[in-house]
Amino acid sequence: MTQYVIRRLLQAIPLLFLINVFIFVLLKAAGDPFAYLALDPTVSEEDRAFLRRSLGLDDPVYMQFIHWYFGDDWYMRDLDFDGENDTFGRRKGILRGDFGQSIRFSRPVTEVIAQRLPNTLILGSSALLVTVIAGVSIGVFAALRPYTFLDNLITSISFLTFSMPIFLIALLGVLFFSITLDNLGLPHLPVQGMYDPRGDRSIDELLIRLILPTMSIAAISTARYARFMRGSMLEVINADYIRTARAKGISQRRITWIHALKNASIPLVTLISLDIPFILSGAVVTETIFSWPGMGRLFIESLNILDPPVLLIFTLMVAVGVVIFQVVADILYAWVDPRIRFN
Amino acid sequence: MADSVLKQKKSNIATITSEKDLKSRSIYAIATRRFFQHKMAVAGTIMLTFIVLYVTVGAAFFTEADGNRTSILDKTEAPSAEFWFGSDLVGRDIFVRTIYGGQISIAIGVVSVFISICLGTLIGVLSGFFGGVVDALLGRLTEMFLSIPPLILLLVLSSVIIQSSTTMTILGREISSTVVFIVALIGLTSWMQLSRIVRGQVLSLKEQEYIMAARAIGASNWGIISRHLLPNIIAPVIVAATLGIGTAIITEAYLSFLGFGVQPPTATWGNILTGAQDRIDTVWWMWMAPGFFIVCTVLAINFIGDGLRDALDPRSIQ
Repeated sequence: MTQYVIRRLLQAIPLLFLINVFIFVLLKAAGDPFAYLALDPTVSEEDRAFLRRSLGLDDPVYMQFIHWYFGDDWYMRDLDFDGENDTFGRRKGILRGDFGQSIRFSRPVTEVIAQRLPNTLILGSSALLVTVIAGVSIGVFAALRPYTFLDNLITSISFLTFSMPIFLIALLGVLFFSITLDNLGLPHLPVQGMYDPRGDRSIDELLIRLILPTMSIAAISTARYARFMRGSMLEVINADYIRTARAKGISQRRITWIHALKNASIPLVTLISLDIPFILSGAVVTETIFSWPGMGRLFIESLNILDPPVLLIFTLMVAVGVVIFQVVADILYAWVDPRIRFN
Repeated sequence: MADSVLKQKKSNIATITSEKDLKSRSIYAIATRRFFQHKMAVAGTIMLTFIVLYVTVGAAFFTEADGNRTSILDKTEAPSAEFWFGSDLVGRDIFVRTIYGGQISIAIGVVSVFISICLGTLIGVLSGFFGGVVDALLGRLTEMFLSIPPLILLLVLSSVIIQSSTTMTILGREISSTVVFIVALIGLTSWMQLSRIVRGQVLSLKEQEYIMAARAIGASNWGIISRHLLPNIIAPVIVAATLGIGTAIITEAYLSFLGFGVQPPTATWGNILTGAQDRIDTVWWMWMAPGFFIVCTVLAINFIGDGLRDALDPRSIQ
């Protein structure tokens, strides 16, 4: 198995490299990160030229590419514009563990991401938790009474939420739980951000502000988990060993929640581990709607002002996550289902 | 004697099956009938018809200029007799914008899915049929596209193309050039699932005897692909195409909502929301109308796709 993991990870390296090259080229094509400074009267043309030069944006594109990987501390640039190269760069390149500086924040990309990642993990994991619990319960509930009125109702509702853009669900949540309750003079849920800018940063406040974004994400993804769980449960519940268990006189509840659920949730392991890297990338739309300061917002903000180092590391991180969790999914799958062997 | 037995059998068949039953022998006739027996699919078809009527007939009563006219005095008006669905941040009538935006959104869905279906089928057939190096290379390409969340990839791509946003005239209408780019981008980034399905189908089909027979009588590769393989994988392709339209409409809405989609002056159901990102609790009507139309359209399309899946499933056709 160790061999399998190592092989998979090694195979992924060219893939990750390709993705990085692809994004790099795209961002070069997207234009000048300092274009916005041209509109700022307090920044002189010379300052702009110096900034571009010192960050290496004037180098030929292939050199910029080499610098991104190997750094530029061995490469001289002409920073005082006298026609002679005089100053070495200071970057070490991502292969030597230097992930670059954010242009917008003038801080290392790792710091910027480290600041946002926990916020996304809080939102993402609470949404995943709600989704899995709700999805599994609804799926099992529907599978126990297939093709009845309740099952059909659940199917229709999952079709509906499946077809909803997340901003509509978010809006309906806000209308009911925030605006209407507020108009009635009742306690209502806050809408914007993780914390009240005036208030304390207590855990209670965070939990309250988590409710609406979490529910918006969960409302949409629960449908997928429920459909999946229903199908998987229906398959298991007709298996011979379930009939045997029933014949032995084990209670229906025990059969459903212990015997059947155990086997029915094997495919769920894959579904969840493949979803996790997408949580890392943050729910871009949800975080924008609720002004949640997470990775998704960081991505959109960096894209708006074109901050290539942040965007490159962000996409690389997500791609690494996808690769790793694909391997994790395979391993977990084989671990929970002994019938599967690595070949 | 053999002749008389055959005749007798023929006459038996003729008496058992009436004219009407004979007509419905073709699988497409059966599929059509099964489709119309599927209640949700019929409901979806009716819903979609109404929406298409809304965006086409509505255009006869209001001009696009009505939807693009700004009026700062009327900005962010709640729904009223004058503005049925309210007005947006610069005073444009959201009702008229949903009509013209709907045309664009639906067109984006249909055309981008056409691109993604062509790509997905082509790549799937090539890698399934030829295998070996072709399969390995196309497989890596598919993996690469699958390793970045589609929305992230699309956002990066469109941040490049919206730099050069102009207007162009298509079918007598002045529309933003970003419409064309967004269509292409959505098409280029949504073929992976289908190509995997098609590849799997082709892999199992090409081992079957009728393909070997075709090869034995000297059919060329392209002959086998176009005459023998493609007709047999058309069912999953049709289903994927239908469901893909819904996904494409939602994707466009997300892109436009985030400001990386279709640029003004052209309206879409997604970019009607532009500027409302941070104001979910104040200008709720800006979200309501486009959101409602997106849900109805996508829901209708998903119903139709589900109906088609059941109707075209060869295992369920007796």
